[in-house]
Amino acid sequence: MNGFMIAVGALAGFLLLGQGASAADAKIDHASRLYDTYCAQCHGVSRNGKGVNTVGLSVQPRDHSDTAAMASLPRDQMVRAIREGGAAVNKSALMPSWASVLTDAEIEQMADYLLYVCKCGKP
Amino acid sequence: MKFIAFLLAALVAGPAAAADADLQRQCGECHAFEKPADATLDRLWTRKGPDLWYAGAKFNRAWLVKWLQKPTAIRAGGVMWFKHAKPGEPRDTIDPAGIAPHPSVDAAAADKLADALMTLTGGGIVDAAAFKPEGANLSMGKLAFGKLRGCTACHQEKPGTGGVSAPELYDAGERLQPGYVLAYTKNPQAFDPHIWMPRLELTDVDLQRITAYVASLKAGE
Ligand code: HEC
Ligand code: HEC
Ligand code: HEC
Repeated sequence: MNGFMIAVGALAGFLLLGQGASAADAKIDHASRLYDTYCAQCHGVSRNGKGVNTVGLSVQPRDHSDTAAMASLPRDQMVRAIREGGAAVNKSALMPSWASVLTDAEIEQMADYLLYVCKCGKP
Repeated sequence: MKFIAFLLAALVAGPAAAADADLQRQCGECHAFEKPADATLDRLWTRKGPDLWYAGAKFNRAWLVKWLQKPTAIRAGGVMWFKHAKPGEPRDTIDPAGIAPHPSVDAAAADKLADALMTLTGGGIVDAAAFKPEGANLSMGKLAFGKLRGCTACHQEKPGTGGVSAPELYDAGERLQPGYVLAYTKNPQAFDPHIWMPRLELTDVDLQRITAYVASLKAGE
């Protein structure tokens, strides 16, 4: 619980540089809702890469809760993978492009959300 | 208000529209028969059934008549898969307990409801002539649907295989018009801007082959 509060606090600091914490919470809530709708089907309701659809996947989706592995993934590569799909970052094309449903602002929020989920501790 | 307008239209327009009124009364709680003005993400989370405002451009009438009398599950995960997903090992699963069977109707009612549904053409959202069946290569289509383009991530081409967050397609040849298969695959967001199938980058050749393959799928094969 304590760690969680610290993570939320740290995140609010990273993201907002002076804006209220509630605006950060609202962005996180929105990104979380988007993740549930679009990403969890493959990346899992627990964000651990074990979604219901992995039964039909030959390459396993990234475990977004894996702190060490996610820490090695630069934020701009995440943004690129989400916007243009896995193939654009030399990964599997089974990771589709989401530019048709998510706005640019939502894709940026999603990258922030992934950093929050993995507790990677970098903006 | 909308409903009253609907009833009035039915009274004025005679038998076809009267069938529409039946549709609205028996099925309107769960299905949209007009393009929603508020196609938001929240609506996708709260709607109780898939949209039917383009049913006439989507379904084969014979399938409708049969299915309405003896409905089978099309979406293994229900109309919104997330609501029925539970975390687990080695992967999340769908809990079927919360997914109610579809209401069924008798043969005469099914016939009338199918007629009414077939009048809902979705304002030209599907170009039936876009699919060119000549020269279709089913084995290339199968390869594209599976390995190359990953449709099996979300859809089942055979019962018990593939993803469960989307409608099964193993009887798509019986259920769906090929023009609809092509139109949906080309641009899912034209049907709903927030649906969780993204627009995949497909060439025209891919679209034609995949459509031919999907349109060839029949239950029990
Ligand atoms: C159809 C299944 C599927 C869906 C839906 C999906 N992904 Fe993925 N994703 C994958 C797969 C498979 C990989 C692993 C690719 C690889 O390692 O080659 C992946 C990898 C990733 C990566 C890591 C990319 C890298 O460079 O290693 C990120 C970030 C990601 N997904 C984010 C998302 C987000 C955000 C969403 C929702 C908007 C999403 N994914 C939806 C299948 C999916
Ligand atoms: C209690 C809510 C409810 C009612 C009432 C209801 N439906 Fe449905 N309907 C659903 C759900 C949920 C599905 C999705 C089933 C599935 O995919 O397995 C569905 C699916 C369908 C489909 C297939 C749609 C598709 O895109 O695959 C048709 C056609 C249909 N219903 C027609 C009707 C008709 C006609 C009536 C009225 C007689 C009716 N429904 C009444 C909830 C309902
Ligand atoms: C990330 C998951 C995902 C992937 C990948 C995906 N789809 Fe879909 N697909 C969906 C969803 C979600 C729907 C609509 C859900 C609904 O109406 O309830 C859908 C609907 C469809 C439909 C309409 C079915 C119907 O009964 O109305 C067709 C046809 C279709 N997809 C074809 C394809 C093809 C072909 C591919 C590969 C090129 C593909 N899909 C890849 C999730 C996906």
